[in-house]
Amino acid sequence: MGVAIEVKALNAWYGATHTLQDIELNIPANHATALIGPSGCGKSTFVRCLNRMHETNPIARVTGTVRIGDLDIYNDISPVEIRRRVGMVFQRPNPFPTMSIYDNVCSGLKLNGYRNRRELDEIVERSLRSAALWDEVKDDLKKKSGASLSGGQQQRMCIARALAVDPEVLLMDEPASALDPVSTSKIEDLIFQLKSQYTIVIVTHNMQQAARVAEKTGFFLNGRLVEFDSTHKIFTNPSDKRTEDYITGRFG
Amino acid sequence: MSNLHVPNPAAGNPEGSAPIRIAVPAAEQPLSQAEQPISAVRRYLLSRGSSSVSDRIFAGIMLLCALVIFALVALIATELITQSRPSWHAFGLSFFYHYNVDPITHLPLFWDPVNGVFYALPFVYGTLITSLVALCIAVPLAIGLAIFLTEMCPRWLRSPLSFFTELLAAIPSVVYGLWAIFVLVPLLRDNINPIFIRIFQLPVLEKLLGWTHLFGDNGLFGGVNLGLGLLGAGAILAIMILPIIAALTREVMSAVPNSQREAALALGATRWEMIRMAVLRNARIGIVGSIILGLGRALGETMAVAMVIGNSPEIHLSLLSMGHSMASVIANEFSEATSDMHRSALIEVGLALFLVTIIVNACARLLVWAVTRGAPARVQ
Repeated sequence: MGVAIEVKALNAWYGATHTLQDIELNIPANHATALIGPSGCGKSTFVRCLNRMHETNPIARVTGTVRIGDLDIYNDISPVEIRRRVGMVFQRPNPFPTMSIYDNVCSGLKLNGYRNRRELDEIVERSLRSAALWDEVKDDLKKKSGASLSGGQQQRMCIARALAVDPEVLLMDEPASALDPVSTSKIEDLIFQLKSQYTIVIVTHNMQQAARVAEKTGFFLNGRLVEFDSTHKIFTNPSDKRTEDYITGRFG
Repeated sequence: MSNLHVPNPAAGNPEGSAPIRIAVPAAEQPLSQAEQPISAVRRYLLSRGSSSVSDRIFAGIMLLCALVIFALVALIATELITQSRPSWHAFGLSFFYHYNVDPITHLPLFWDPVNGVFYALPFVYGTLITSLVALCIAVPLAIGLAIFLTEMCPRWLRSPLSFFTELLAAIPSVVYGLWAIFVLVPLLRDNINPIFIRIFQLPVLEKLLGWTHLFGDNGLFGGVNLGLGLLGAGAILAIMILPIIAALTREVMSAVPNSQREAALALGATRWEMIRMAVLRNARIGIVGSIILGLGRALGETMAVAMVIGNSPEIHLSLLSMGHSMASVIANEFSEATSDMHRSALIEVGLALFLVTIIVNACARLLVWAVTRGAPARVQ
């Protein structure tokens, strides 16, 4: 089951650039939350702060508190441990090309020393079913490389890979922006089904996508969270002028 | 093409090739253009004509430069083949495995130019063993260095470290040889070999692993410890091939896209797990390629080996024993080879070395190219 995320006074830098400024935000458990905003507004940096991927860049720096469930992820726990609890799907599908589909999906488990074959088989099937990919790949799970799938299939496999470690939170950084409309709608359906079990945070450029999948939406601009409210309110009656300008297409 | 803005396209196609049709909106090319005065720039450009002749001459010269490479390889090969023919006729394939027995000592006798005995097995053996020793030492070092450079090195240290690594490759091999004689050989003899000798003569190991014949007085570290010999040659070769392997390994590792590293990290991989899963796994074919390239260099390396290996055409299991390699025997004996058969036999050794190194290098280049040209190699 998913857990809630509580962000307080979060600031992030890339070198001298102050990419996130004083972000305060509560993300509810077992719901989908969308983050929108123009390019370079800090929304990707924000999700990367939620699983401490931001700090893998040597010039990056973070201050503030992020609580996931009852853990302060910057103080109570190592980055490796938090990433085992918080799955992430990236903008471009990044399967491991030298591994089969099967190995790709259970790579997170094998990494952590999970060796029980029968259980691995079950987990791989369950994860691929949750990612709506099972029927398309079940016949050549171990024969085909993860890189031999189409882009949309690769992205769903990456979602299955993230789900296989049974995360509490699933972060998605523009998961459909490199995909065609059909694959995009499959990913959206998937988010719709998954959000009852996981806390999902999805960064998107596509405002219709945010409106379709998310209960809550946050609007980022120039490294600040301008507005965070229910998706319905953001898209029908935003309280901030800048949000309104953005969703009506006056800029961005 | 030059005729796009000329009112009558049929007139201005000096090369005679089919005109390239580009859809130009009619409105942008008013027909009245012919009546307007032609600008000075346009007149100059129109008078320039085509450059096809000079282009063709230029292309021809460049092609000639490129063909020189093929000609060189062909010339070297034919020369080696014709010159080695007498030896090939006299010994055939047995040149590479046969030996005589010394009438006095009853030991195998491979190479005795005075009495016309020419069998090349000790050279092949020496080349293989020294290269193998070199790989065993250099590969772990080089991969470790490459991992450090691509994945862990602080920014300020990266350039100096790669610079010095590549500098190692630029040192002339005879300098390595001198350094080996004055530093490496004494070091091996006094400090390193005694440790190995003690380990390999432990009674426990002899009892347990005696069947491998690698332990004890006649084993891998038996015999007289002079410092010179196969191990010394292997060690100096290791230092010489280290920069090649490290540089290429680093290249194929940096060719692994960052998204692979992020994929592993996001799954909760530690740094080492990420390197194993995302970097080494994707780069492995290229790493094998760089190792083979290092092997190619080790096989053909001459001067440093000739100065350290001991130059005796014998075969002993012990790494401490003196040996000879294919390249070093040519370097040592060619100037003194007076009989035709001696010279021909040396050239045949050279031909064998030429073929082996070409094949090894070709394999290595193919593997490295397969990885660095774009997407990482895939399983099917």
